Amino acid sequence: MKKFISKFYVALVFAFLYLPILVLIVFSFNESKGTVWTGFSFKWYGELVKNELIISSLVNTLIIAVIASIFSAILGTAAAFGMHNMKKLPKNALKNATYLQNLNPEIVTGISLMLLFTFFKLTPGYVTLVLAHITFCVPTVVLNVLPKLRQMNVNLYEAALDLGCNRRQAFFKAVMPEIMPGIVTGTLMALTYSIDDFVISYFTAGPDSQTLPVTIYAMTKKRISPEINALSTILFVVVLAILIVVNVISAKKEKEDARKASAFFGK
Amino acid sequence: MKKIFAVFSLFTLLAISSSALKVEDESYYEAFRGKGIKLNVFNWGEYISDGSEGTMDVLEEFEKISGIEVVYNNYETNEDLYAKLSAGKGNTQYDIIIPSDYMISRMIRENMLEKINFDNIPNVSMLDDKYRYPDFDKTGEYSVPYTWGTVGIVYNTKYVDKEDTGSWDLLWNKKYAGNILMFSNSRDAYGIALKKLGYSLNSTNRDEIEDATELLKEQRSVNQAYVMDQTFDKMENESAYIAPYYAGDCLSMMENNENLAFYYPEEGFNIFIDSICIPKGAKHKEAAEAFINFLCETEVAVANCEYICYFTPHTEAAKVLEFDERIYPTEEQLLKAESYVALPDSINSIYDSSWIEVRSSLDISELVIVGIILGLALTVLIVLTIHRRMKKGKINY
Amino acid sequence: MKTNSKAAFPYILWVLFFTVIPFILVIYYAMTSKDAGSVTLENLANASRYFPVLIRSVYLAVIATAICLVIAYPLAFTMSRCSKAMQRVILLLVMLPMWMNFLLRTYAWITILDNNGLINSFLVSLGLPKVQLINNSSAVILGMVYNYLPFMITPLYSIMTKIDKSVIEASQDLGCNSLQVITKTVLPLSFPGILTGITVTFVPAVSTFVISGLLGGSNCFLIGDLIQQQFLGNEYNLNYGAATSLMLMVVVFISMGIFNSFDNDEMEDSMI
Repeated sequence: MKKFISKFYVALVFAFLYLPILVLIVFSFNESKGTVWTGFSFKWYGELVKNELIISSLVNTLIIAVIASIFSAILGTAAAFGMHNMKKLPKNALKNATYLQNLNPEIVTGISLMLLFTFFKLTPGYVTLVLAHITFCVPTVVLNVLPKLRQMNVNLYEAALDLGCNRRQAFFKAVMPEIMPGIVTGTLMALTYSIDDFVISYFTAGPDSQTLPVTIYAMTKKRISPEINALSTILFVVVLAILIVVNVISAKKEKEDARKASAFFGK
Repeated sequence: MKKIFAVFSLFTLLAISSSALKVEDESYYEAFRGKGIKLNVFNWGEYISDGSEGTMDVLEEFEKISGIEVVYNNYETNEDLYAKLSAGKGNTQYDIIIPSDYMISRMIRENMLEKINFDNIPNVSMLDDKYRYPDFDKTGEYSVPYTWGTVGIVYNTKYVDKEDTGSWDLLWNKKYAGNILMFSNSRDAYGIALKKLGYSLNSTNRDEIEDATELLKEQRSVNQAYVMDQTFDKMENESAYIAPYYAGDCLSMMENNENLAFYYPEEGFNIFIDSICIPKGAKHKEAAEAFINFLCETEVAVANCEYICYFTPHTEAAKVLEFDERIYPTEEQLLKAESYVALPDSINSIYDSSWIEVRSSLDISELVIVGIILGLALTVLIVLTIHRRMKKGKINY
Repeated sequence: MKTNSKAAFPYILWVLFFTVIPFILVIYYAMTSKDAGSVTLENLANASRYFPVLIRSVYLAVIATAICLVIAYPLAFTMSRCSKAMQRVILLLVMLPMWMNFLLRTYAWITILDNNGLINSFLVSLGLPKVQLINNSSAVILGMVYNYLPFMITPLYSIMTKIDKSVIEASQDLGCNSLQVITKTVLPLSFPGILTGITVTFVPAVSTFVISGLLGGSNCFLIGDLIQQQFLGNEYNLNYGAATSLMLMVVVFISMGIFNSFDNDEMEDSMI
């Protein structure tokens, strides 16, 4: 009984989370506009492909996300290394600034960057967008790499040196593999933040550098076109596929690791 | 209007498909080809013929004829436009904007517009002088009239009784609470309240503004939402029954939902001119002027007017267009129409802050909820603190 | 390992330029007058008139956060007691909606709740009267709960997986009934997760401007809407806007201070 209740509860929460998505998907195949079902059709997918605005915003979004996350990965990893060995005071100051950036309401980050760009007469466009995106992406990378550095065995680097590595080799062969998971997670999170960001982009984008969320917002302010539904369905399927693949791979890897470990200890 | 002009539309359609669009001087546009110009056009929503349902795609036609690439964006209100222009002052990215009268005079006052070189716009000769040299731009140096229009009420005959219509009172009618819409920009909202009170749309009298503020607060309690372009969807799919809006747009809604009807409130209403301007510092001024000239081509002006259903200042276009009597104001009605003028900054800021007051004031039920939450939060805080103290005490002990 | 502190130098510059200077600019704009740029307290004084908006934003966010906590807590607990494979699947299902644009998901609620939406059409087809489900504060709360529920679930879940099964068993062995197991063992151990969850839910909820715009109708003008209008909308005034933002920031940091006064040590690990 208890089990049933908890299962029912989980199902209920997921119904709540997925109901709107289901609605979007179903109505993306509706022949007419509006909420009355008139027949199955791929019409809106055809319209979507023809909609230059949506396509160009999608391209903008992806380009900006890739540039911003790569840059954040480099900047953030370097920062984490630097911070790891800093004196307590500057380290804490920098850490707090990082937390502050991460916890500040998005709208405040957005307007403060807008003020910065206005103040220095920077035209809103790709450059301001990328700068803004890096700004909110770096903290994610820093906060993911720092714990990995802390957890790392302090002697690893020295051991590598003792075993005949030069400093560079020691760094790339001994240290990097240890913190790589942190960098990867951080960068992926940065990538998704960047793709999904609406608020900060809204305040920093120019007229010809709009990202997809900004375009969608503009669309919700007007007559809504079901092309949006088609777009969300496609996005949903793509994301679902990516997540499933990633999860299957990592589940396999985990199993393999477990098998290896048991084989090793089994002897 | 789309139906009425069905015959004519067919003609335009044929004209487009058989040969390219007929313009006065094709070579003029040709000169821009191959220069890789990107023209940033900033316009109201649903305010240019966009090629849907067999209409002319004006932007595409312009791109075809001139080789200039058009980047097109929308704003919702004059104030919205003003904000976006001010944010990039002196460094604007837009080349074409279409503000209304009072905003144009404010922008002229604040030196935000370029003087237009009319040598590049030969088609301007086809515009009616009445709109070419209006009060807000007496010399006609900064603006080229695009459309003119009026504000009235669109309502759904299925839900709204005929006897309730006729005046602005309908927007305050408790019978339709939750199904009434209101403008989200302060100027249009105050315009309505001031007219209902019998004052001028351009009142600078603090007491009158105060009265209007109270009236708008009262309206909020029966209002569904403060909207602009969302009015189209909400009225057409009947999720709202009553909305004040621009007459031309009301007509487009009526084309899409036959239950909708329109009237001009007896107290008077706003009449406006929307004109094309070039913001100060525009990067492609000559291309912008070519675009303005293109919008003044007779065929383009006709297509645009058919699509947006506003009235045209274009004399040649007016000859072929026949205006729908459902929305076309009579001489008698026009006597009660009043246009907005730019107000001094000090008055603008009164309107702005009063408008925020209208939007934000808390009602009693909200205050009760706030009280309950505060009480609960305090209790939790106190309990947790005491709990911690006790725990700490135990450990120390 | 010795790392070189100089590696952080570019980041320090970045923080200086894109976090510290913008923050100073917000204060600068909030304290100067519109045209002349002279120092004034008028903007801040004016911001006090926005108190009703602020109060509304805070109380809606508080309710939404509380509902999120109530929904998420049992879910996270159930999740953490599932098999590893099941946990993976459930976590995936929790995260998946977050990957889809939140504007679209919020917009979908309009289709469901509208006066002519799915629920009301269903009611009408049954011969029942329509219900007002949208354009009120409940709809905004629903929108907030819907959007920020995953933010609450993840930290709760991650802290609960750290609670060892044996601890719960031990408390059962020591005579706790299931309610006591929750209140005496699980709740105290998951406290840092609760604090993190509250923070990461409350902050976006109190500062939202999209959800209220889409679902709230005329009675839900929030501080986020106001700031948006002051920077890029009908109420354009950067100085007033900066003052309003400052006010919002103060509220956010005060409330975060309150949350964190209960717990200082765990912040580092649970914040990410």
